[in-house]
Amino acid sequence: MIQLEYFLLLAAALFCIGIYGLVTSRNVIRVLMSIELMLNAVNINLMAFSNYLDPANIKGQVFAVFVISIAAAEAAVGLAIVLSIYRNRDTVDMEKFNLLKW
Amino acid sequence: MTLAEGVQLVSFGLLAAMMIGTALGVVLLSNIVYSAFLLGGVFISIAGLYLLLNAGFVAAAQVLVYVGAVNVLILFGIMLVNKQEDFKVIPRAWIGKAATGAVCVGLFALLTTMVLGTPWALSSATPVGDGATVLIGIHLFSDFLLPFELASVLLLMALVGAIILARREYIPDEPVEASVSDALTLPERPRDLVSAGKSDN
Repeated sequence: MIQLEYFLLLAAALFCIGIYGLVTSRNVIRVLMSIELMLNAVNINLMAFSNYLDPANIKGQVFAVFVISIAAAEAAVGLAIVLSIYRNRDTVDMEKFNLLKW
Repeated sequence: MTLAEGVQLVSFGLLAAMMIGTALGVVLLSNIVYSAFLLGGVFISIAGLYLLLNAGFVAAAQVLVYVGAVNVLILFGIMLVNKQEDFKVIPRAWIGKAATGAVCVGLFALLTTMVLGTPWALSSATPVGDGATVLIGIHLFSDFLLPFELASVLLLMALVGAIILARREYIPDEPVEASVSDALTLPERPRDLVSAGKSDN
């Protein structure tokens, strides 16, 4: 039988990979992809808890559906922001997006 | 899902290895298009894990929304900002990468000790199994009705906001006289067809 801990460890590994990509990537699109990885890690946690701790009254799956819908909205707005910054700065390098730096 | 335990364990191992491998590929590969396609592999293997967790509806939603919408959107984004540029090398960038890697490994170790040390209150209730779709529908229209409606409003706001943000903003020099025919159109900057995607200022 697969234990609950296996899924939690897998989600933790995916979350850490997402954080590493979020911090070290220099391409903006890759940063967006890392954010999607982190959201999916959270979703795996929710689904594992829903299956092992609350199997009769699956509220974790409802939460996962909400997270999926919000992630779709986030991807759309994030890509729109990336396109508009790219039009202004003519680059996709994170290190050159220093508009809010002093 | 009624599978033998050995089959469950083997498929869990395969899906986990595929997920971790493709996720590392997303983060580490230098070609961004390969990364985008490997991201689809991550999403599909996560959908397989959901099937192992007796959640057919969410697995289908994962494939439809993530692989069908988000991944395609990211590919469109890559094609729209398709600029082959060599990033200027930052001196001593490996220090930041090493520090980030150390922090991530430390966070993983912390989470591992927490996960293995916590006595989880495992439930022994009978799982709903294939009735999960009906139960999700009941939840969405009874005790999660307000978040459900708020999510629809949020999606509408994201739709309008994405269009407004990605539009080529344009302020005309001389005030244009409003006519009836273009009452519903917004002024847009005329696009440069030769070097598309590149603004002229």
